Amino acid sequence: MSETSPPPAASPADSEVERPLRRLARMYAESRVALFGLALLLVIVLAALLAPWLAPQNPYDLMQLDMLDGRLPPGSASGDGRLTYLLGTDEQGRDMLSAILYGLRISVGVGVVATLMALAIGMALGLAAGYFGGRFDAVLMRIADIQLSFPSILVAMILLALFGQGIDKIVIALVAAQWAYYARTTRSAALVEGRKEYIEAARLLGLSTPRILFRHLLPNCLPPLIVVAALQVAAAIALEATLSFLGLGLPVTEPSLGLLIANGFQYLYSGRYWISVFPGVALLLLILAINLVADQLRDVLNPRLQSQ
Amino acid sequence: MPLFILRRILQSFNVLFVMSLLVFAGVYAIGNPLDLLVDPNATADDTARAAASLGLDQPLWVQYGRFLGNALQGDLGNSFIHGVPALGLIVERLPATLELAVVAMLIAVLLGIPLGLWAGLKPDSWSGRAIMAGSILGFSLPTFWVGLMLIMVFAVQLGWLPASGRGPTVDVLGVSISLLTADGWRHLLLPAANLALFKLSLIIRLTRSGTREALLQDYVKFARAKGLSNARVVGVHVLKNILIPIVTVVGLEFGSLIAFSVVTESIFAWPGMGKLLLDSITQLDRPVVVAYLLLVVTLYVVINLAVDLLYAALDPRVRLAGARA
Repeated sequence: MSETSPPPAASPADSEVERPLRRLARMYAESRVALFGLALLLVIVLAALLAPWLAPQNPYDLMQLDMLDGRLPPGSASGDGRLTYLLGTDEQGRDMLSAILYGLRISVGVGVVATLMALAIGMALGLAAGYFGGRFDAVLMRIADIQLSFPSILVAMILLALFGQGIDKIVIALVAAQWAYYARTTRSAALVEGRKEYIEAARLLGLSTPRILFRHLLPNCLPPLIVVAALQVAAAIALEATLSFLGLGLPVTEPSLGLLIANGFQYLYSGRYWISVFPGVALLLLILAINLVADQLRDVLNPRLQSQ
Repeated sequence: MPLFILRRILQSFNVLFVMSLLVFAGVYAIGNPLDLLVDPNATADDTARAAASLGLDQPLWVQYGRFLGNALQGDLGNSFIHGVPALGLIVERLPATLELAVVAMLIAVLLGIPLGLWAGLKPDSWSGRAIMAGSILGFSLPTFWVGLMLIMVFAVQLGWLPASGRGPTVDVLGVSISLLTADGWRHLLLPAANLALFKLSLIIRLTRSGTREALLQDYVKFARAKGLSNARVVGVHVLKNILIPIVTVVGLEFGSLIAFSVVTESIFAWPGMGKLLLDSITQLDRPVVVAYLLLVVTLYVVINLAVDLLYAALDPRVRLAGARA
């Protein structure tokens, strides 16, 4: 706590920027579980990005589906013998592996987009509240407090019940449910950093307020924000899956993992577990991987642990 | 203290006021409210009469005043599907949801405190680590996914417990309760366990960290120095002191249990308020949706208020800080 590390230089000389990053990487790699989480996350995200090339079939091109192949258990060969359904098929003869890869794309996409938007909004509001203080700060934090006293699923449900379904609506609902976390985190970081000498120096130099806010204050507020954002991506993905499972989230034309699980739910009773269990496992691995990475990031970016 | 109470109560009213505005805006001001409030099969004549009788020719603030006045008298309109007052429909389902939430909370507390104590007393043993790993899983697994797994294992594979519905109920003072029959409990066990999981993980963590902190305190050392048995030190001195934060959390989280019961009720076809909400959303039964949202938010605000006031009564630091702020 006593040592005052120099703020990340605004002029990025390579040798100076490289060192802290490499130190962080080394600290991150100290936990084997965290490395495994990172590898798992990379594999999942790559699989989601490359779904159209990796998937054995396009699960939403009806020409490629064969109703006769419906509800086949994992490992069965297709009727025409051209491919093997590694994870079985659903009631329309859709290859579950392909459906999961495409579903991952939507789940990851919605989660990441909603998180980035909530982050941008919450960060800007929190930064302004922490730096300027006063009435704006008081009102904003009151709103955030009240909203955080309700569970995010209730906030999202209220919005979706009022405004209806759709990919844009669910992103709005996720943003509305999560902005307050970022606003709170940014504000408290900005309050601490804003009192330090380098901000005062920047002010004395006569730099413009936006420049002080975004070039000097913001970079130093980032570490706690990164941790919160990492944890919230997982929360956003889980929340979207839950809402889609309930039929409140994404429409049938954009089947995320939650919707796939919901579709397979009715077949669970007859023992055709694969239609909902495998998308569930994919969702589980995704959330688990993000949480493992976020947990280690929290330790790595925590200044109190760093100085030891 | 009176100032703190007054401030807190005023704040609760503010929240309710904002919520009523939001609901009013969502239902009445966006789009043509007649599309939402009148049966789509009604004739143009009926529609015009409905507009006049509902006061939709009045300015918006008059409409809002009327909406608020009716809401305060418990009139939130009639359900389109069932044709009875929406609020009554929901209150009818309230016992089922409360039953589920109370049993879930009991499971979380009765399992969570002993497990958390154990993990706090033996943090480095394999059992302590296993408990913590389990609680991390409980935190990160989505509730609906755990519900599916419970159904698959206990209802489909093993066939021990029923997978859906509520068991036979017994009327007690006009309230139907399924806790008095064995079959009722069999139906309740899986949904309650599903709903409890998240809170269980939370209580395990709270108890564990509380225990670890308490063990380092002087009063625990002193109790040991007096030669008290380990059971007495843990069971009386440690437990008593970690119970305060746990009681607070249990109170605060009870509201979120009711909100989350939407998920559990939908999976286990439990006939509570949450199931009604989902059915009403898919059937576009707006008055019921509005009534549910207003009722749950009111419930939530009242619970938060009660916990805050209780906490202030128990802990002088809170009410002093509150009076000064």
